[in-house]
Amino acid sequence: MTDKDMLFDYLLRLGDNSLILGQRLAEWTGHTPMLEEDLALTNVGLDLIGQARMLLTYAGEVEGKGRDEDRLAFHRDTAEWRNLLLLEQPNGDFAKTMARQFFFDHFQYLQFEALSTSSDERLAGIAAKSLKEIAYHRRHSTDWILRLGDGTAESHEKMQTAIDELWGFVPEMFEMDATDEALLDAGIGIDVARLRPAWDAAVNAILAEATLARPEDSWSVRGSREGKHSEHLGYLLAEMQFLQRAYPDAKW
Amino acid sequence: MVTVHAADEILEILDLVKDPEIPVVSVRDMGIIRRVEAGGDRLKIVITPTYSGCPAMEVIERDIAAILKLHGLSDFDVETEISPAWTTDWITEEGRQKLHEYGIAPPANRGKAALMGQEAVACPQCGSSDTVLVSEFGSTACKALYKCRDCLEPFDYFKCV
Ligand SMILES: [Zn+2]
Repeated sequence: MTDKDMLFDYLLRLGDNSLILGQRLAEWTGHTPMLEEDLALTNVGLDLIGQARMLLTYAGEVEGKGRDEDRLAFHRDTAEWRNLLLLEQPNGDFAKTMARQFFFDHFQYLQFEALSTSSDERLAGIAAKSLKEIAYHRRHSTDWILRLGDGTAESHEKMQTAIDELWGFVPEMFEMDATDEALLDAGIGIDVARLRPAWDAAVNAILAEATLARPEDSWSVRGSREGKHSEHLGYLLAEMQFLQRAYPDAKW
Repeated sequence: MVTVHAADEILEILDLVKDPEIPVVSVRDMGIIRRVEAGGDRLKIVITPTYSGCPAMEVIERDIAAILKLHGLSDFDVETEISPAWTTDWITEEGRQKLHEYGIAPPANRGKAALMGQEAVACPQCGSSDTVLVSEFGSTACKALYKCRDCLEPFDYFKCV
């Protein structure tokens, strides 16, 4: 791959993470347990989609083939997506949505904090802008982990189950491949593997306070960077892309 | 023709553009106008989004273009820049006052415990500081929902970023 191809791929990974999770959160609209939470999840989703717009616009310009944010969002099939497997997992119950959010918010905060000093000024600017919002996302999901973990017997049970079910998706967040290494050397990318101790420290402390057990590391899955996804992504894309596929370039 | 006073005059015109989500404050009060570049061949207005996903940005851009045209200006561009990231510190003193009068508690200044979630937010209705956070996210991403324990009214707080 050329330098340009690698930067394109790197930006897709970041943008796709934000867009897929944003789409998942949008699915909660009108279905959350209470009105305040309906507003919260859609607002977090909106922030994520805003990040995705900036990142995918930039990715399209780097690629130089005339694909804009919409083209990239609505006209790629599963194998071309680069989002983490964690983020495409179905919402499940509210506890599962919060566990997914909690793992990712803590990761993304560290990731964007590091990216905000990237030698790529445009990427650094996007990261710095988004970081302020992620700080609120992280507070919001952390509050729910504490409230549900250290809540009733039933909420505790549901929260622990959610944490256990998603734990195997955590290692992929901290994986480094050849593209990451090359961009790290160029001063553009960051070493996500080095973020793990900080993530562990924060997550361990919160799980302990929430009276939740940190799961044993047993199984784990990976593959999103090579376009290998779980079956769930296809269904998500079918819904998200339907309009643009059925009526290409439709505008309102 | 462009005169030396153009930038100031343009800013005054832009004061007429209101924030679509909080129509009592202008986009200038909100610090959304980064700068006006007058003096060249074309006038340039540089704006900044408050939040990345702010759905009001396109409306703001349109409103700016409309008001400038209404004042007989046609050679201008409206551009968006995100760096350095917008901060609530850019909301003017007048803007904060207007938010307060509208019933939205203005953001605490940064540097305090604001980003740690320990800000003391005063009720914009009765002034009491005995208030409680109901939700980190209110009617829009930039606001949190609070409740006053004295007058019992719920209110929006403009979060610090
Ligand atoms: Zn009050």
